[in-house]
Amino acid sequence: MSEGHSTYSPKTGLGRWFDARLPLPRLVYDSFIAYPVPRNLNYAWTFGGILSIMLVAQILTGIVLAMHYAADTHLAFGSVEKIMRDVNSGWLLRYLHSNGASFFFIAVYVHIFRGLYYGSYKAPRELLWILGCIIYLLMMATGFMGYVLPWGQMSFWGATVITGFFTAIPLVGTWIQELLLGGFAVDNPTLNRFFALHYLLPFMIAGVVVLHVWALHVTGQNNPTGIEVKSKTDTVAFTPYATIKDALGMIVFLLVFAYFVFYMPNYLGHPDNYTVANPLKTPAHIVPEWYFLPFYAILRAITFNIGPINSKLGGVLAMFGAIAVLFVVPWLDTSKVRSAVYRPWYKLFFWIFAANAIFLGWLGSRPAEGSYVVMAQIATLYYFAFFLVIMPLLGLIETPRRLPNSITEAVLEKNKGAGSGHPAGATASPETRG
Amino acid sequence: MSATDIEDPNRRDFLYIATGMAGVVGAGAVAWPFIDQMRPDASTLALSTVEVDVSSLTPGMSLTAKWRGKPVFIRNRTPEEIEAAKAVKLDELKDPLARNANLASDAPANDLDRTAGEGKENWLVMVGVCTHLGCIPLGQQGDFGGWFCPCHGSHYDTAGRVRKGPAPENMAVPVFEFISDTKVRIG
Repeated sequence: MSEGHSTYSPKTGLGRWFDARLPLPRLVYDSFIAYPVPRNLNYAWTFGGILSIMLVAQILTGIVLAMHYAADTHLAFGSVEKIMRDVNSGWLLRYLHSNGASFFFIAVYVHIFRGLYYGSYKAPRELLWILGCIIYLLMMATGFMGYVLPWGQMSFWGATVITGFFTAIPLVGTWIQELLLGGFAVDNPTLNRFFALHYLLPFMIAGVVVLHVWALHVTGQNNPTGIEVKSKTDTVAFTPYATIKDALGMIVFLLVFAYFVFYMPNYLGHPDNYTVANPLKTPAHIVPEWYFLPFYAILRAITFNIGPINSKLGGVLAMFGAIAVLFVVPWLDTSKVRSAVYRPWYKLFFWIFAANAIFLGWLGSRPAEGSYVVMAQIATLYYFAFFLVIMPLLGLIETPRRLPNSITEAVLEKNKGAGSGHPAGATASPETRG
Repeated sequence: MSATDIEDPNRRDFLYIATGMAGVVGAGAVAWPFIDQMRPDASTLALSTVEVDVSSLTPGMSLTAKWRGKPVFIRNRTPEEIEAAKAVKLDELKDPLARNANLASDAPANDLDRTAGEGKENWLVMVGVCTHLGCIPLGQQGDFGGWFCPCHGSHYDTAGRVRKGPAPENMAVPVFEFISDTKVRIG
C-alpha cells in the first residue's frame, strides 16, 4: 500500500528548502495525511492510536513522578505518600500514572483481541504481530516493576513471587534469582534496579512501537473483511477520515479513564499496597495487578508433576508458554480466510476463548483452593487447546462463508442491506481523494 | 593496494582475525562487569551470620529471626508434634530429602534429620520461606498442623515437610548450631 510514490509537494520556499535537506515533513505527510487506509475500518481499529497516547501519557506522568520519588526502601513508601499529600497536584499525577497503566493494558487487550478476531496476524503481517507481542512483553515487565516502586505489601510480595519463578529453573535458577534481586531476598538493591529499569523500558517500548508502525505502513492495515486492498476505491485518506475517527475513539476512551482517575482511583489497585512492605509477613492473598490475573491463574493451575517436571517448574512453564504461544499464532492458524466474519466456527471458538480469558482472570483473583483449582485447570486447558488444537484444525475442516470480491463490494452490500430509506450517496460513493 | 593483497594475503587475514578476536573478547570482558554488578554485594553478603537467644521458648512456642533478609523459624516443638512427625512414613512424602544444609544432600527427610539432631529433636530451625514462590507460611495451620502457605496453598507438616500443594521441596534447614543451650547461631 505504501509503495505508491509520495504525493507530498511543499508549498512554501521554506518547505522546499527543508524537504531537500531533511524530508521529515514528507514522512509525516505520507504516513499520517495522504496514507491510504481501508474505508471500512471500525472502532476496534482506533486502539492503536489510543495506545500511542497512553504510552506518551505514561512517560510524561512517570518522568514528573520520578522527580519526587525516592528509590530507597526506607524512603520509598513515604515519598509516594508525600507525592499524594504534599506535592502540588501530586495526587492527580500519581493517579493518572497508576490508572494509566491499567488503561494502557485495557487498550492493549482490545488491540490484541481485535487482531485475533480479524486475523490481523496472518501473512504478510507476521512480523507486525510479533513486534506487537514484544511490546506486550515489555509492557508486562514495565508494569510489574512499576508496581514494586511504592514499596507496599503487594509490591514486596508480588516481587518475591515473580522473581521466585526463576528458582524453578533447574541448576542455575537460584543464581539467576539472586542476580535479579541483588541479594537473597527482595531488598534495597532490588528496588533500586527496578526503578532504573522501570524508567528505561518505556523508551524501549517506544523504539519497538516505531518498528511496529513501520511494519504496519509496509503491509497496510488489515480490515474487518480481512480482504487485501485491491483498488483505490477500497481506501480513504488517513486524514481526515482515520484521524477524526481515532480522535473520537481517544476522547471517549480518555473520558472513561478520567472517570476512574477522579471517582474511583483505587478501584483497580489493592488496599494492601497502602501498608508498607514487611519482609516477615505475607498478606493473606497475594494477587498481582488485574492485568496479570489470567496468567497467574494458569501458573497456579499446575498443581501436579508432569514426568520429570515438578509442579513448580510446570506452572512457570505453562505461564510463560501462555505468552510464548502468541508469538507463533501466525503459523498455528491454517485458515486461508483472515476475518472471523467469514468463519462461523472460528467466531464461536474465539468468543469462547475471550470469555475463558476473562474467566481465568477472575479465577486468578480467587484463592488457590478447592473447586477454583479444578476450574482453573479446565480453563487453562481450553486456553492452550484454542491455540494448539482448534486453530490448526479449524483451518482444515471449516467451510468459510463466501468472501466478497473487494472491500468496496462488501461495504456497498452492507449499506444496501442496512435500509433503503437511507440515502446511499453519502456513505457509498467511492472516496477517491488522496 | 591490490598488489599487496596478492603478494601478502596473510597479513590482511591476520589483521582481520585479530581485530575480530579482540572485539569478541573485549565485548565479553566489558559485558561481565555489567552482569557481575547485579550479584549480591559485599554489604549484603556480610549479613550472613546471626545469633539468636532461644531461652524464652518453652515447648509449643516459636520465634522468627531475620537472616539474609529472610525469616528463620525457630520452634520448640511439643511432644505431640514430634510424635506426629515421626509417625509419617518416608514414602508418603512429596519430597523425600531432608534439605538440611548441616547434613549430606541425600539425607532422608525423617524427623530427626530435619531437626537440631539427637537430644535436641524438639528444636526445628528452618528458613520460613515457602519453596514454591517464596511467600512466608503461617505457623500451626493447614491440614497437617505445621505450616500453611496462604499464597498458593502449600501445606507443611510439623517437621516443615511439604505434604500437599504446589511447593516442590521441604522448607530448607539453614546451616546452624547451638553454641550454648540457649543460643543458636545461624549461617
